[in-house]
Formats: sequence, C-alpha cells, structure tokens
Amino acid sequence: MSREGLAFIWFLLLAVLLTGYAILDGFDLGVGILHPFVAKTDKERRLVMNSIGPIWDGNEVWLVTFGGALFAAFPEAYATVFSGFYLPLMMLLLALILRAVSLEFRGKVKSPAWRQVWDLAFFLGSLLATFLFGVAVGNMMLGVPLDAHHEYIGTFWMLLNPYSLAVGLLGVFAFALHGSIFLYLKTEGELQQRMRRVMWRMFYVFAVLFVIMTVWTTLTVPRAVETLHAYPLLWVVPILNALAVLNIPRAISKGSEGHAFLSSSCVIAAFVVLFITAIFPFLVPASNDASYSLTILNAASSEKTLGIMLLIAIIGMPCVMAYSAVIYWTFHGKVKLEETSY
Amino acid sequence: MELDLVLLSRIQFALTIMFHYLFPPLTIGMGVVLVYLGGMYLKTRDPAYRQAQKFWTRIFGLNFAIGVASGIVMEFQFGTNWATYSRFVGDVFGSALAAEGIFAFFLESGFLAVLIFGWNRVGPKMHFFSTCMVSFGSIFSSVWIVIANSWQQTPAGSHIVPMTREVLNEHGQRTFDENGVLITKPWIIDGVPVMRAEVTDFWAMVLNPSTGYRLSHVLLGCFIMGSFFILSICSWYILKGKHVEFAKRSFGGALFLATISSILIAFNGHQQAQNVYHYQPAKLATFEGHFESEGPADLTLFGIPDAEAETIHMRIAIPGALSFMVHDDTSFTEPVIGLDKIRPEHRPPLWIPFISWRLMVGIGTFFIALTLYSYYLLWRGTLFKKRWVMWAYCVSVLLAVIANQVGWVAAEVGRQPWIVHPPIVTDTDNQPVFDEDGFLQYEKVSAALPDGSIYERYAGLSTTDGVSKAVAAEQVAASIVMFLLIYLLLGSVWIFILNKKIQHGPEPPEDGFAKNQSESIFQVGGEHDRLGLADAGLWDDPTESTDRGEQHD
Repeated sequence: MSREGLAFIWFLLLAVLLTGYAILDGFDLGVGILHPFVAKTDKERRLVMNSIGPIWDGNEVWLVTFGGALFAAFPEAYATVFSGFYLPLMMLLLALILRAVSLEFRGKVKSPAWRQVWDLAFFLGSLLATFLFGVAVGNMMLGVPLDAHHEYIGTFWMLLNPYSLAVGLLGVFAFALHGSIFLYLKTEGELQQRMRRVMWRMFYVFAVLFVIMTVWTTLTVPRAVETLHAYPLLWVVPILNALAVLNIPRAISKGSEGHAFLSSSCVIAAFVVLFITAIFPFLVPASNDASYSLTILNAASSEKTLGIMLLIAIIGMPCVMAYSAVIYWTFHGKVKLEETSY
Repeated sequence: MELDLVLLSRIQFALTIMFHYLFPPLTIGMGVVLVYLGGMYLKTRDPAYRQAQKFWTRIFGLNFAIGVASGIVMEFQFGTNWATYSRFVGDVFGSALAAEGIFAFFLESGFLAVLIFGWNRVGPKMHFFSTCMVSFGSIFSSVWIVIANSWQQTPAGSHIVPMTREVLNEHGQRTFDENGVLITKPWIIDGVPVMRAEVTDFWAMVLNPSTGYRLSHVLLGCFIMGSFFILSICSWYILKGKHVEFAKRSFGGALFLATISSILIAFNGHQQAQNVYHYQPAKLATFEGHFESEGPADLTLFGIPDAEAETIHMRIAIPGALSFMVHDDTSFTEPVIGLDKIRPEHRPPLWIPFISWRLMVGIGTFFIALTLYSYYLLWRGTLFKKRWVMWAYCVSVLLAVIANQVGWVAAEVGRQPWIVHPPIVTDTDNQPVFDEDGFLQYEKVSAALPDGSIYERYAGLSTTDGVSKAVAAEQVAASIVMFLLIYLLLGSVWIFILNKKIQHGPEPPEDGFAKNQSESIFQVGGEHDRLGLADAGLWDDPTESTDRGEQHD
C-alpha cells in the first residue's frame, strides 16, 4: 500500500481511538462533573465514584494510546499541537492527575474534611479536563497560526477565543448528559429517581448549546461544510447526529434509558466524525497562511512505520476489544459497595 | 549556569521521570510476587496466601494509581517540551510507544480491575489469570519503553534522511504537475535541510545492540525494588512483633527473589558495561573517571574527579582492573579509551554519572552481601532474631529506590550531550576510528543542497537541538513549579496512606469456611450477607473502606 493510503488509514484509526476515548471516558468525566451535584450523602458519593471504579483506568488508556499513535503516525502534528498548546496541556495533565488520585485517595481516610478535598479534586479534575478537550477541538477547527517549521507562533490567550470556549462548554454538557444516563443505569432507588431529573436538565442545556454551536460553526468554520459538499454521502453523519440527539428525550420518556445511552454515545461519535471531516485533509490547519498547514501526508511517518503500526493495530485491537468486553461484563449491573470499593 | 530553555526542560524531564520511576519498578516487582501468591493459593487453597495477596494487592493498587497518574505526563511531555526531538524520532520512537499502548497498557489496566475489584466476582482461576495478565502487561510495557530508550543509545534499524514537502498553494491545497504527479520539493529552511530518523528494519530497531542488556538490567532492578519493598515491610513487622507469621511467609519468597536478582544483576551489569564501552565509550570513560587512554587501565574505586585538570584527586584504584573488566584481558594491560579521545564538546558532564554509577554498583554489592548473609543466618535458624539485619532490611528499600534512580541517571546523563547518540565510526575489524586530531569519530550523514553544496550533520541529535521552539522558558518554569507542588502533595499522601496500610497490616486469614469451598459462589453469598448487614449504618459500614478497622490502631 502507498504511503498516502496508509496515512489516510491512520487518520481514520486515530479517529477510531478518539471516538473510543470520548465515548468511554466521556461518561467517566461526566460522572465526575455531576458528582457534587447529584450525590448527597457520603454513601451516595461512594456509589457514584464506584460506578466507574473498575473501568475508568482502562477507559483512559484510549487517550494514552491515541497519544502514542499520534506520535508514531503523525509526529509533526503531535509535536506542533503539544508544544503549541503548552499551558493548556499542562493544565490538562494537572486535571487528569487530580482526577486519577482522588478516586484512589478518597476512601482511604474516614474524615469528612479529607473526603471533601478529594471530592472537589475529582469534580474539578473532570470538569477542567473535559473543558480543555473542547477548547483544543475548537482551536483545531479554527486553525492556529504556524510558521514554516510548523511551529505554533500564537500566544496562550489566542487559544481562549470565544468560539473555542463555547466548544469547551458544549463538551462539558455533552459529557454530563452522557454521564447522567450512565449513572441512571448504574444506580437504583432514590438516587436513581434523582438522576431522572438530572438527565432532563442536562439534555435541555445540551440541546440549546447544540443548536447554537451548529449555527456558529457553519458561520465561522466554512471548511466544516466544504468537505460535506465534496463528499455528499457524509451528510448522513449530521443527519444521524440530529436524530440521535432527538432520540435521547424519546428514549428517556419511554423508559428505555439503555437506548438513550446508546444515542448519547452516537452523538459523541458523530461529534468526532464531524470534527475530523471539518479539518480534513489537514491535521493542523494554519490560520495565517494555508500553505504552512500540516496535512495528513506531510505530517505522516514513513511508509514503513505506518505499515508496521497498522500490523500492530490489526493484531492488538481485537485483543483489546475482546478483553475489554470481558471486563465490562464482569462488572456489569447496578453498582454495589463492597469490601474492595473505593 | 544559565536557566535557559534547555536546562529548564531537562530539569522538568528529570523531575517528572524520577517521580514517575518510583512506581513502575514497585509494581513490576510486586506483580511477580502477587503472581506467586495467587499461584500458591490456587495450588494449596491455603487462605493465608489469599490474605497475603489481598494485602499486597491493596498496596499494589495504590502504587499503580500514582504510577498511572504520573505516567501520562511522560507521554505528553515528549511533545510539549521536546517537540523538535519528537519530529526527529517520531517515526522510530513513536512506534514503540504506540505498541506499548496497544499491547501493554490495555492489558494491564483492564485486568487490574479484576485483580483489585474482582475477588468476589470471578472465580480463583480467573482471578489468578488476571493477576498474571497485570504482571505480564507491566513487564511488557517496560519492554517497549526500554526498546525505545535503547534505540536512542545505540540507534539501529534506522537511517536519517532529508525530508521533502508537498508544495501547497495559497489555499493550502496540494499541487500536481501536468502528468498529475504530486509536486514535492526538498524541505529546506534557512539553508538547512530538515531531516529525521526513519525505520529501515523494525526488528533491527527493536533488537538494537543494547536492548537485551538494558532490558534485563531494568527488569532485575525492578525485581530488586519490589522484593526489597516487601522485605522492608516484613522485617518491620518482625521487629515490632506484629503479623509475624504473615511476615515470615512473605519474607521467604521475597528474599529468594531479591537474592537471585541481586546476583544476576551483577553479572548482567558487567556485560552491559562492556556493551556500553563498545558503543558509547565516552559514557563508560565518564562512569570510570578514565582520562588517559593508555594501558594498563586502573579501576577507580573512590576519588574526586576534576574535569578541568583531567584527573582524579585522592584516587584509590585497582591497577589494571579496568583493562580486565572492559576487554576480559587477563594480562591487565590492554588500553581503554579515555575521555582524552573524546572531543571536549562531546564529553558528558563528569560528576553526576561518576557518582551515580558508584552509588548503584555499591548498593548492588551491599545487596549481594546482605542477602547471602541472610541465607547463612536462615540456615543457622537465627535470621529473624538478628535485629540489626532486620533493621538493615527496613532501610534497604530506600537503597533500592536510590539504586534504581541513579542507575537511570548514570545512563541518561552519561549519553549527553546527545539525546539520540550517533554511532561511533568503526573499521573493518570493528575497532573505533580516530580522526586526524586523535579524537573518536562519530558517524555523519549528509544531504545535497539545491545549490550543489553538501550539508553534513552528525547521525544523531544533540539535546540542545531537541527542545520545543514554540515554548518559552517562563512556561517551562511555571510547569516545573506546578509539578513540584503536585508531586510533593502526591508523595506525602502516598507515604501517609502507605504508612496507614502498613500499620494496619493484613487481615487475619479467613476461617475454615472459605478454605473448604473451592466454589466461588459460596464466597459471593457470604459477601452479600455481610453487605446486607452493612447497609444499616453509614459510618459503621464494614465495607466503608478497604482499610476498615485501621483507625483503631
């Protein structure tokens, strides 16, 4: 296969990894964002945390693998984005560290003050991480100023533009909605009844933001629609996305929350697909001079590396899918507090 | 020394990786012990093994969580702080990192859930299988990361090539000539062609000349760390007269692992030193503080190195021993390449590798002596009564931490000023070649420029050239402060919780109920009953925390 073909396949595989991460860690992060608002007693807080207890770590591996695959398949893009978004990435690292250790630390001391600290860290870590992911996506949609070396030449404050901040907000409510449905499925009794109200609220806010951002994007990022015009078949994605959004309230009111969760997963997947169609054929569009842009081909590794990595993915990913399924099955059902819970 | 971008980026990298590297050796080493305990439980059904595994699993989980949290920093900072390096090595280094993610991390973190949370959800066989997968995953991840690192020390299976660029028009679209062929041109900025390393032979890259020695060295170091961690806690219990039966049981297994690993690592270290000499003579000369290339070469035991005067003050040395060590030369006279054969700008800093190397070797020697002496005492039946030996084991975990850390420091500072070390030029007899000034030659690569001239560079990358150009020194300084604070916090909480867990100790073994039931369904039933009682009160919930009851200690 040609280097061009392999690079395109890796562009799609990265989208798959990103989709996997966004759907799986999406509900983890959503649970973290909702944590202080939905759990009233210490026991409920433990239940909420333990709903993701055994699986959040594995979910986050999707991000780590995405990072590694980006490094290997598109080193130029990895270097440009990670060094260009230096401070936001450091904040993201801080958020991810806090979130990870708060889960582990919280249950270890029986003091209300201790637990409040780690509850706060869990919430802030989840919120900040989600928001920053959204801001990064927003900036990639808009494009960033680059020089001939493909180095970012803008400032930190330029990354905090209104459009990107709004994408960050959309991300927060998309994950909160996703997480609220997940929590509804994992809980029972009074807490579950409360989650029903939360699901509705999250849906309304999300729906309003979804409409605003759809309009805003078509106005500000003409490139987003260009690819859809070039490949009309792709229009199926935004249409299915809209249907999936509409299906969430339908499923909730019908009492089939499992379908609502499936729909919110589809919404997140559609967001990732729309994001990559918006930037295609670029990886990092340059906002100052289009010829400085990083394209799929000029950012890609050599044909040899792309081929080897494809082989690694073909061998590795089915295994990952298989034992992920086994592990999710092991921990299926309503969350219960046990001796080993957080 | 000026606090410039390079130095700050190096400090940041050193800080984050040294903090991170406290945890992987612990989890890799302890993982092997967990497999042993889980296997023994399966074989004997003795509940004491299960209780021991539960206790060590809790500590394992704590270490793992901080290892993961600090590890994600490592992957990100290649891009954030070392973007130019990432562009240069991504084709080679990235594939090893991606393989680590797909093959190792998923395995490790997936089955960790079953190991930690699955005691009552899966049967003992599935639980043992999960334990093995976690241990295997953690070892496999070290395999890929050591491969990636070793390639930077002894690059193989790759070449350095000038890059071309598609010619984009003002809309950012690719351009084609009249035959529909994509138009590309050499990528040259300010007269310097942009070059990068590309894989030519994947397996040659994976099995590069130093991978084998370095990987076995790292894994043995991890086993030493894990086993001394357990030995240290057990000896403390024995000294305090707490959980003595449990402690002696765990001590025996860990001592075996510690002894074997300490002896093997000495042999491995010797071979590795010869490998280092062959491919990176400047590094070995720095370790040894060896300036003069004449033979016989003496082995410096102690001394104060002086880079300016090119000598070692107050030196205590074994005559000719370095000749013997490096060349297996029984006449003790063979010359060993010294720092005088290395161009001054290519010499590593002297002090840090010199001291780190000595500390590592010294601690390793002490471990061999201590473990062998312990076996002598065990044979005499007095091991657990010798209080000073028990105290020695108590503090030995710190020595193991130091040895693991300074080993890496020696390896990484010793390769400076290179981030990707260029191979040395050798002749047909595989002997190093010296240039007209008498200095060791490093391989070079060249590229033709459009004006007909030839551009030449070393077949490596210097650390100075590897940093991110889009990042300001203040930003790196700010991130250092942030990491310092967060790591201080994490480190203190880790020690605090670890201390609580150790003070609390293992649960007493379950009664005969569990012992006679091989069917896990009975255990699930028992667990549910306990949960039913537990739901009544909140703070008295016996399932309240994994460390229930420890507040009473």
